[in-house]
Amino acid sequence: MATIAHPVISAASGTNARGLRRDQLRERIALLSLCAPALLLVLVTMLLPIAWLFSLSFTADDGSLSLVHYRRMLEQPSYASIFVMTFKVSLITTGICVAFGYPLAYVLSQLPRRAANLCLIAVMLPFWTSLLVRTYAWLVLLQRQGLINSWGIRLGLWDEPLALVNNLSGTLVGMVHIMLPFLVLPLLGTMRSIDHDYIKAAANLGASPTRAFWSVFFPLSLPGLFAGALIVFIICLGFYVTPAVLGGGKVIMVSNQIASDIELFFNWGAASSLGVLLLALTLAFLYIASRLTRLEHLVGEGSR
Amino acid sequence: MSWLDAPASATQITHGRRFWLYAVAALVLAFLIVPTLIVVPMSFSGAQYLEFPPRQWSLRWYSNFFASASWVQAAATSFKAATLTALVATPLGTMAAYGLAASRFRAARAVHVLLIMPMIVPVILIAVAVFYVYVKAKLNNSLAGLVLAHAMLAVPLVVIVVTSALKTFDANQEMVARSLGASRPRAFILVTLPQIRFAVVSAALLSFLTSFDEVILALFVSGGANSTLTRNMFMALRDQIDPTIAAISTMMIVVTSALFALTQVLGRARNA
Amino acid sequence: MTRAASVPIAVRGVAKSYGKVVALDHVDLDVQSGEFLTLLGPSGSGKTTLLMVLAGFIRPDEGSIRFGTSEVIRLAPHKRDVGMVFQNYALFPHLDVAGNVAFPLKLRGVGAQDIARRVETVLETVKLAGFGARRIHELSGGQKQRVALARAIVFEPRIVLMDEPLSALDRKLRELMQIELRQLHDKLGMTTIYVTHDQREAITMSDRVAVIAGGRVMQVDTPRRIYDRPANRFVAEFVGESTFLGVDIDGDKCSCGGTPIRVAALPEAARSMLLMLRPERVCVADPHRGDECNVLQAQVTDVIYQGDTYLVQGLLRDGARISARGISSATALARVPAVGDMAPFSFAAEDAVLVSDAAA
Repeated sequence: MATIAHPVISAASGTNARGLRRDQLRERIALLSLCAPALLLVLVTMLLPIAWLFSLSFTADDGSLSLVHYRRMLEQPSYASIFVMTFKVSLITTGICVAFGYPLAYVLSQLPRRAANLCLIAVMLPFWTSLLVRTYAWLVLLQRQGLINSWGIRLGLWDEPLALVNNLSGTLVGMVHIMLPFLVLPLLGTMRSIDHDYIKAAANLGASPTRAFWSVFFPLSLPGLFAGALIVFIICLGFYVTPAVLGGGKVIMVSNQIASDIELFFNWGAASSLGVLLLALTLAFLYIASRLTRLEHLVGEGSR
Repeated sequence: MSWLDAPASATQITHGRRFWLYAVAALVLAFLIVPTLIVVPMSFSGAQYLEFPPRQWSLRWYSNFFASASWVQAAATSFKAATLTALVATPLGTMAAYGLAASRFRAARAVHVLLIMPMIVPVILIAVAVFYVYVKAKLNNSLAGLVLAHAMLAVPLVVIVVTSALKTFDANQEMVARSLGASRPRAFILVTLPQIRFAVVSAALLSFLTSFDEVILALFVSGGANSTLTRNMFMALRDQIDPTIAAISTMMIVVTSALFALTQVLGRARNA
Repeated sequence: MTRAASVPIAVRGVAKSYGKVVALDHVDLDVQSGEFLTLLGPSGSGKTTLLMVLAGFIRPDEGSIRFGTSEVIRLAPHKRDVGMVFQNYALFPHLDVAGNVAFPLKLRGVGAQDIARRVETVLETVKLAGFGARRIHELSGGQKQRVALARAIVFEPRIVLMDEPLSALDRKLRELMQIELRQLHDKLGMTTIYVTHDQREAITMSDRVAVIAGGRVMQVDTPRRIYDRPANRFVAEFVGESTFLGVDIDGDKCSCGGTPIRVAALPEAARSMLLMLRPERVCVADPHRGDECNVLQAQVTDVIYQGDTYLVQGLLRDGARISARGISSATALARVPAVGDMAPFSFAAEDAVLVSDAAA
C-alpha cells in the first residue's frame, strides 16, 4: 500500500518501554503525594492512637501481654447487659426511623421539585444543627415541668407529669430525632431515581395503586432503605451524647461505658477492650452493608 | 373538582385517598423541625426555668452569657478552633481529592478508604484514643491539639464533597488546558479550581461546622482555658439546667442556619 | 496568520494494553508535513487512543513518536506544542471567548497588546470577528466549535489534533464545517490529524485516510485508493457499500462460480481472497457503457426504489448474493428487471477488486 518512504527508525520491540514505565511510576507517586498531608494527619491523629488503644486492650495491669480484659468482658454480666442495651436501642431506633422515615421520604419524592426542596429544608436544618442543641431541646421538652408535660396536663390528657426523660423512652425519642435525616436522605435519593414509567406500566397492566406500590415501587426503593437503615444502625451503635444527656444514667450504651471507664475509673484496659469490640462490630456491619448494597448510597451521593 | 379528588400519581390514586400519608409526613416534618427551633423562643423567657410560650420576654440569658467570662472565652475558642479546622482541612482534603480523582489504580482506592475512616470509626473511640496519645504528647487542653483532631474529622467530608464536584467536572477542560501549554498544577489552578470553587467553599463551611458542633472529642481533648462552647454546654447539662444554655443554643442555631443557607445559595449559584 | 512551520510525524511500534485488552498493537504510521490525515475506524478501534498518545495524555507501553526530528514520546503534554479540539469543545465557561482564545498565549508570556491583536486575527480567520466579549453559554454549537478551533491554532502549533469535533453538530452544519475546516487547513498548512468514525467525512476532508481497527492500522491511502482498492475485507466493508463473492484463483485465471472473471489486479501471493463489488459499479438496467466485460447471471430477488437511486438484488447460481445500484432515471427504471427474472449483472474489470479475507 502507498506509504511515504521515510528513513527507517528502528522499532525494536520495547522501545522506550523502560523509560515510559519510569515516567508512569513518577506520575503516580506525584499524584499520591498530593494525598500525603491528609493521610499523614489521619495516620497520626487517628490510626496510630487507635492502634495504641488496640495494644492497650491486650496489656494487663502489670504490662504483660494478656487477654484478661476480654475475659472479664465475657465473664461479667454487666458487660453483657451493656451490649444488650446498645443493640436494643439501636434496633428500636432504626425500626422507628424506618417506620416514620419511609412515608416522609415517599411523600417528598412525589412532590414537585420546588415544594420538595422546601420541605427538605425541614429535614436538612435539624441535620445541620448541633446534636447537642437538639438533645438539649428534647431535655427541655420532656422534663417534668417541660413543654409536653405542662401541655398534656393543661389539656387534661394526664394528671401527673410523666417521666418522659432520663430513661429509655426519652433517649429513644432523642435518637430518632437525630437519626431520621440519615435515613430519609439516602432513601429519598433512591426514590427519586425510580423511573415513573415503571409505575405507569404497572397501572397500565392492571395493578391497583396499592398493588403498584408494593409490587413495583417498594422493591425498587429497598436498596436506599437498606442503605439508610444500615447507616442509622451503625451510627446508633457508637452513639454517646444522646444517651448520656437523656438517659439519666439508666441508658448505658457501649460508648457511655467506655467514657465512664476512662473518666471515673481510669480503667484503660476495660475501656480499650470495649472500644476494640465496638470497632469490630462497626466494621463487621459495614462489611455486610458493602456486600449487600453499593457504598455510594451510604455516602449519600447514590442515585441522582 | 376539589384538590382532594385530583389524581396524585400515574396510578390515578386521588389525594383524598392517601391523605393519611400526607398527614403522617407532615407530622414527621413537624417532629423534626419543632424541637430544633423550640429553644429559640424559650431563650427569651424571663422566668428562671424554661417555659413556652414565655410569660415574660427578656434578654437576661443573653446578657448572662456575655457577662460570663468563661462562656465568652469558650465561644471564642470554638470559633477559633472551627476557623482553623476549616483552614487546615480544606486544602488538605481538596489536594487529596484531586490526587485521588486523577489516579487510576488500586492503591488509590485504599487511600480513599483510609481518608474516609474518621467518619466510620465511632467518635468515642477516636476521642479516647486521641486523649491517651495527647496526654503523652502534652497536647491535651491545647488549641493545636483540638484543631488537629477536628481537622482529621473534617477531612473525610472535604474529600467527599470535592470528589463529587470533580466527578461532574468536565475532565476534558483540564486536558485542553494542558495541551495548550499549562502544566498540571497550573491547569488545576487556572481551570479546575475556578469551576469547583463552590464545592470547595461548601467543604470549608462544613469543616467549620463539624468543629463548631463537635462534642465528644472536645470533651476529652479540650479543657481549661481552651475549653470549647460545646464542652462547657455538655458539662452544664449534666450538672444543672442553666437556661443560659437556651440562649447559647439559639446563637448556635443562628450560626448554623446562616452557614447552611450560604451553602444552599452557593449550590444554586453553581447550577446557574 | 502565517503558514505554520509544520512538521512530519513518525509513529513506530506504539503499543498500549489495558490488562488483556490490546488498545494499540505496535502501530506504525507516517504523517507528512502539512498533511491532513484522518484516523478512521469504528468505536473501540483505538483511533482515539492513538490520538491521545500523540497528545501525551495516554502513556503507551512502548514505542517511539517523533515530531520532525525530536522524540516526544516521553514529553509531558504541555510541552508538546499541539493544538487539540475535542468533540464537546471543552471551552472554559468561566472565561469569555477572548479569554479562552488568549489562554495559550498568556501561558507563553505573550504581551497584552500582542495577545489582543492575535486573538482578533484568529477570530476573523474562523469567521467570529467581534465575538471576543461573548460568554460561552451564549454561543451556538457551531460557534463554540469555531472558538475551540481558534483557541487551538492561535499559538501556531506545529500539529493540530481533532477528536471527532463535528459529531455533536447537526448534519447540515457538519457538512458546512467540514468544508470550512478543510479550507482553514489549506490556508494555514499545519499537520492535522483528524479522528472520526464517519467514512463520508473522512473521504471528504482528508489528504490520506488511515483505517484503524482492533488497535492496528489496516490501510493508509488516499481517499480514492481506500475506496477503489481496499486492502482487506474490513476496509472494504467499513468504507462504502460492498458485496463479497467467493472466487477461485488458478494461476492468472480467476473465476466466480464457474464463470471466468477479469479482475483489476492479481494478488502477489496465493491467499484466501474474495471478490469485492461496489453495487453502484454493477449494472443491471443501465445501458451498457461498454467496458463491463464481466457478466454474472443471477435471479432477481428484490427491486427497491430508494429515491435518488434504486437497488436490485440477485441470487447467483451458487447461492451467493449480488447487488446492483443505479441512478433513478426514467430510462433506467423502465428497464429494471422484474422479481424472479434471470438478469445479467455486469461490471468492469477495473471494478472487480480482490481483497484478502482475513484482517490484514
